[in-house]
Amino acid sequence: MEVTLNKNIESLPYLDNVKLRTRMANLYYNKFQALRNVTLEIPSHAITAIIGPSGCGKSSLLRLFNRMNDLIPNTRVTGDIELDGKNIYEKSIDVVDLRKRVGMVFQKPNPFPMSIYDNIVFGPKQHGRTNRNELNKIVENVLRKSALWDEVKDKLEQSALALSGGQQQRLCIARVLAVEPEVILMDEPCSALDPVATLKIEDLMRTLREIYTIVIVTHNMQQAARVSDMAAFMMMAGDRAGELVEYGHTSQIFTNPRDKRTEDYITGRFG
Amino acid sequence: MRNISPKTVQKIAMTAVWAGGFITVAILLLIIIYVLFQGLPSISLDFLLTAPQGGLSGEGGISTVIVSTVYLIGVTLLILVPVGIGAAVYLAEYAPSNRFTGFIRYGIEVLAGVPSIIFGLFGFVLFVTALHLKFSILSGALTLVCLLLPTMIRTTEEAIKAVPRSYREGALALGCTRWQTIAKVVIPAAIPGIITSIILCTGRAIGETACLYVTMGGSAAMPTSLLSGGRTLSLHVFYLAMETRAMDKAMATATVLIIVIVVVNAFTNWLAHWFYVRMNRG
Repeated sequence: MEVTLNKNIESLPYLDNVKLRTRMANLYYNKFQALRNVTLEIPSHAITAIIGPSGCGKSSLLRLFNRMNDLIPNTRVTGDIELDGKNIYEKSIDVVDLRKRVGMVFQKPNPFPMSIYDNIVFGPKQHGRTNRNELNKIVENVLRKSALWDEVKDKLEQSALALSGGQQQRLCIARVLAVEPEVILMDEPCSALDPVATLKIEDLMRTLREIYTIVIVTHNMQQAARVSDMAAFMMMAGDRAGELVEYGHTSQIFTNPRDKRTEDYITGRFG
Repeated sequence: MRNISPKTVQKIAMTAVWAGGFITVAILLLIIIYVLFQGLPSISLDFLLTAPQGGLSGEGGISTVIVSTVYLIGVTLLILVPVGIGAAVYLAEYAPSNRFTGFIRYGIEVLAGVPSIIFGLFGFVLFVTALHLKFSILSGALTLVCLLLPTMIRTTEEAIKAVPRSYREGALALGCTRWQTIAKVVIPAAIPGIITSIILCTGRAIGETACLYVTMGGSAAMPTSLLSGGRTLSLHVFYLAMETRAMDKAMATATVLIIVIVVVNAFTNWLAHWFYVRMNRG
């Protein structure tokens, strides 16, 4: 498989500014173990890709960081999961505050059934911002950041559901930005999009990296190679899911994998 | 059966299905046309605007009856809608799935199938007698609320459950509380379904007779307060047909009733469509 490598990779300072960290993290859905002793450090202002086959626990790992797994009944988490060095599974942690700091973009674009404008101000409004001027500024600001402004500035009052899939996904990213998070989790954000829309999202991710910490789950090897600075490869073997096989700089993972399983997977010899 | 070709089977099936549809429509049209034919000639502005005179002759119009009906439906919805939505939200969003909520659901299913006269008797014993509300609009409304709550809860719960999970996840991931998610995303998205359920209940309330017979009395006087007695359009039809010789007036009232129901249904469809368009397009 031909891969294009991220040119910026060597110039970025890594791992001296850890944003997210897991230590021996385990996740159980009832009796099923979805993550096994996952330990990794995710640097800030970088894009970290989580790759691996379906069902290996990529999304479960991602959803650990904003505690979306909490929504599923009978889940249990052990080990440490830290944001800025603080365990986010401690009792004193307010999940609502955590999710303001750690935003999420989903696999299928999920704009609310309301206008483009209302979708973006939804978060800020719920968090107590009511000044119309301020909200207008937020809307323009995040739509520009998400490269959607020129396409929608004349139809902000139109329903978000009338946008194309790619536009909807960029709107969902804008909606997350409006809450001013520090981390953005992306769960296969391009899997429902065509290649052109996918490239736009990838460009967007590169610009957002300057300000945010981005963690992306993807099925698409080329995408991981194109956009990410760090890559984590997860696998399942038999009924054992949720094992982190290898983690490192994307260039190393794709050109010089240490683990045979990683090599087999990225070269398409897997299974 | 083996000798009949699939094409013949298809023909027979199509004929049966078509006949089923035809019979349904025919019966419906027959009833409506018959009532309209009998009733329309007796309807006039005068008929709508004068009070019924009472007595065996059944003279007079239906003005107080219309007011009573509107009054009753208004009071009923005022109580029914918030309680119904509240219960539906609880069942759809908060209730854990355990034996207790299973029992509540089962209870709702059973209540939805209980004949309305039983609710009437219950209303008579509780509201009219024990709570001293007498035969009144309030007694009637409270009884209707008991009668319609199961339907209201079930249909509203379905509407809430039909809201995609992704909306909830989207809102929660933005750092909204569960209640903000429900109040600002889930319920607005379920509004068309909730409106349909409200109108469904309104339609049933308009048509209800038996349980109001024993809780509202049948006073034809103009209602002046919640504790006034009253008579709805359906009750009036019942009284005219059973206790007077004025069959033409009964038919005229029935015509008004049918027109009201048709209008309510048309309004529902329009409203649901309006919401749908507003949310899905520009």
